[in-house]
Amino acid sequence: MSATAKAVGAALPRAEVREKVEGRAQYIADLYRPGMLHGAVLGSPHAHARIKRYDTSEALAVPGVHAVLTGDDFGDHRMGAFVKDEHAIAKGKVRYVGEPVAAVAAETEAAAKLAARLVSVEYEELPAILSPEAALAPDAAIIHEDVASYFKVFDTGSTANVCSRTSLTEGDAAAWDRCDVIVEGRFATQPQAHVSLEPCGALAEPDATGRVTLWSANQSVFRVQANVSESLGLPMAQLRCLTPRVGAGFGNKMEPHIQPIAVKLALATGRPVKLILTREEDFEIVRARHPFKLRVRTGALKDGTLVAREVEVLLDGGAYADDSPGVLGYSLFMSPGPYRFRYMKASGTLVYTNKLRFGAFRGFGNPQVSFAGEQQIDEIAARLGLDPLAVREKSMLRPGDKWFGGAEVGSNGLEECIARVKAASGWAKRAELEPSAPGRKRAMAAACTAHISGLLATGAIVRMLEDGSIVLNTGAVDIGQGSDTALTQICAEALKVPIERVRLASPDTDGSPYNWGTTASRVTYTTGRAVVAAALEVEKQIKQHASEMLECDAADLELRPGGRVGIVGVPDKAVSFFEVSARAHWARGGPIIGHNSLVFEKPSVDPKRAIAVGLPFPQIGAFAFGALVVDIEIDETTGKIEVKRAWSAADVGRAINPLAVEGQLEGAFVQGMGLALNEEMVWDGPRLANPTLMDYKVPTTLDSPHEIHSIIVEAPEPDGPFGAKGVGEIGINVVPAAIANAAAIALGKRFNALPLTPERVLRAMLGK
Amino acid sequence: MTLALSINGRIRQVQAGLSDTLLTVLRDQLLLTAAKRGCNQGVCGACTVLIDGRPQRACLSLAANCEGAAITTLEGLQRDASMARLQKAFAATGAVQCGFCTPGVLVSAHALLSHNADPRTDEIRAGLSGNLCRCSGYRKIVDAVAEAAKEAKP
Ligand code: FES
Ligand code: FES
Repeated sequence: MSATAKAVGAALPRAEVREKVEGRAQYIADLYRPGMLHGAVLGSPHAHARIKRYDTSEALAVPGVHAVLTGDDFGDHRMGAFVKDEHAIAKGKVRYVGEPVAAVAAETEAAAKLAARLVSVEYEELPAILSPEAALAPDAAIIHEDVASYFKVFDTGSTANVCSRTSLTEGDAAAWDRCDVIVEGRFATQPQAHVSLEPCGALAEPDATGRVTLWSANQSVFRVQANVSESLGLPMAQLRCLTPRVGAGFGNKMEPHIQPIAVKLALATGRPVKLILTREEDFEIVRARHPFKLRVRTGALKDGTLVAREVEVLLDGGAYADDSPGVLGYSLFMSPGPYRFRYMKASGTLVYTNKLRFGAFRGFGNPQVSFAGEQQIDEIAARLGLDPLAVREKSMLRPGDKWFGGAEVGSNGLEECIARVKAASGWAKRAELEPSAPGRKRAMAAACTAHISGLLATGAIVRMLEDGSIVLNTGAVDIGQGSDTALTQICAEALKVPIERVRLASPDTDGSPYNWGTTASRVTYTTGRAVVAAALEVEKQIKQHASEMLECDAADLELRPGGRVGIVGVPDKAVSFFEVSARAHWARGGPIIGHNSLVFEKPSVDPKRAIAVGLPFPQIGAFAFGALVVDIEIDETTGKIEVKRAWSAADVGRAINPLAVEGQLEGAFVQGMGLALNEEMVWDGPRLANPTLMDYKVPTTLDSPHEIHSIIVEAPEPDGPFGAKGVGEIGINVVPAAIANAAAIALGKRFNALPLTPERVLRAMLGK
Repeated sequence: MTLALSINGRIRQVQAGLSDTLLTVLRDQLLLTAAKRGCNQGVCGACTVLIDGRPQRACLSLAANCEGAAITTLEGLQRDASMARLQKAFAATGAVQCGFCTPGVLVSAHALLSHNADPRTDEIRAGLSGNLCRCSGYRKIVDAVAEAAKEAKP
């Protein structure tokens, strides 16, 4: 781009695109180190068992094997984002099928895999708990006997198989008495696998001092560092965590997968060890989207005004807490959707079961609560004979309104989102839509949502090099969504330099400022704020130098496009960044470095308005809003639902890079369509029955509509970088709800369970 | 055993066991890592390479069966005009996110355009239906292929 073009708002190709289209981008499996060994793990065949003893002799006898490790080789250290309940490898007990019980490092991958299979483990089987209801039964086997003594980030009285409880209430329950119509229902959602196309993996390399450098597929080098350190009992400073390119993360790579085991193998052998999961292992042992059981009740006045809602959630967290307490709390927090209610109560229970960890997945519980809540709004509209979007408009949060619990909402572009999807989809004429062929039913429906972007700590360092070019270092991992490009654009805009003059340092726990992670739709918003503030520091230092060089007051100076600083109103009085930086490096003041650190600080709940018990995020984030319209067709013979067209509007505050924003909305839509229509992890007893891409189908080109229309709405966030908020998740939240609403219109039948497979649709049509 | 494979126009000597796949040989022995291992079961298409000009799953092709065939990976198409148009279009339309699927998608798209220079949208969708992408939602990928085809027109 030219020196004068604006960086922010430009639909630029992403910074690293050349290497990606040339096949040169390096992901974790593409890294090789001299002397590198290959790792493999053995998974538990049982869902719940005590480990009696190991025999590793046969494994050790395999030629080329350097180390065979079991739980006995690991100390009693536990990790966990909310509850420290998880060892690096099973120790004492196994709690789900596939849980790693032994690990091997060998000269070749084949030798490592063979040796892993030859480790023999003697188990004493325990009853497997395979549903949250079974976990709560009075005589249920206990999955974590020591749950009461585990360290917890916040304690909500975990007992037996209950991991945490959360509730949030606002308003007066008497509001129910005013309702003219009340709808109530039970809903269930299914576990969804992330299926980032790149399976998880790690490569650990010890140095002569015992420090370990660790590359891995991740969403946060700092969470990797913290988890490995906690689970192996190593000081954080002994680990240096780096990232190659990441083949996408949707929550699955935020918390640890195989990194602690890879580090342990490297330390045990003194050699670099690479451990890449197979697709099956990736399905079986990483994590997945929570299945929810919900009971939801919503009440409204005759004119459609929403009045009251109660949400009760039972959450299957799987064998370890992982991010589950966060998902529970967040789903309840978001359960009203973007509407005013006079009374709102949300409560939930999270329990342990003998399945793999359920954890963070794009949407973080919001799609599940929205599936119920957004259907109930359509039900109310249908009962009252009202336009479902008109019902939403009547009660939607307006600028100035607070969120459930009292959190301040900055900008709010919901009204425009709804107006834009209505206009673009031809909403007013939806009744006139004709099926494309006989034997098909067609319907259009909508749903609305909000999502936060924010949470926790972040930093940015902006350095001006001797030649005046800029290196930006944030520690934020670009997982493919394009944050490297967006942050570069923000930095270039702030300093008014051409985008090519700004380069991004790859995240490195040794050299980057702390960044909690690429999660919670947070990088553009949170890290972008830090980048703006750090660039401002640099601007100040530039102006200090320039004021001395040009003999003027720093306040009379301005940054000029193209990397110059000059006196306001005097076009020929200016110096270049090169001259400024050369002076700083060689004569006065020292190198120009701007730094900023921040943590999201606005409270989630106002204690004068709401009662919160066990809410995990005391300071949560800025709010983005969205509206979605889908046009679907159902084949009456097969029951197959086809999404023909979709309009997805999101209020992103400011689109730093519109191409990347569209990419997020389109990708989220199709992933949400998978959740809505066919994706489901199925268990056959204690064992996952479909851990392959043959049996677990994700949408292909043929399943995905070409007509996905992304609509960008910009209600600038007062403290966002150039007004920006996040967009990573909002596009998925109400895809299942909108499709279910359309199916209900087409068939006159509500769906309370996902996914809406042909079989489920046919059964509904046949009244079974 | 020692195999002589024709890869990107050069004969390469490799050591391979009977059950070693072409993907393993390309990636682990020759460090040609553009082809990715997304599933190792022939479903995701991330490992797509050209074998005698036809797109094939390297994870399903046994290296030993590839002797005598002309194998082309994305690395070998860097000077190909059609690939250059695809690469440019993929970058400009935002068809690349994490990029893990991209090499396989590009090879499939290249093969598609080589026998259908002016594909309709539904033909592009069908031609790429064997390549999974979990990031993009596909729309921009399909648009990028159409764009590259348009560029090729005189
Ligand atoms: S790795 Fe070959 S098709 Fe997936
Ligand atoms: S860009 Fe990530 S899988 Fe296609």
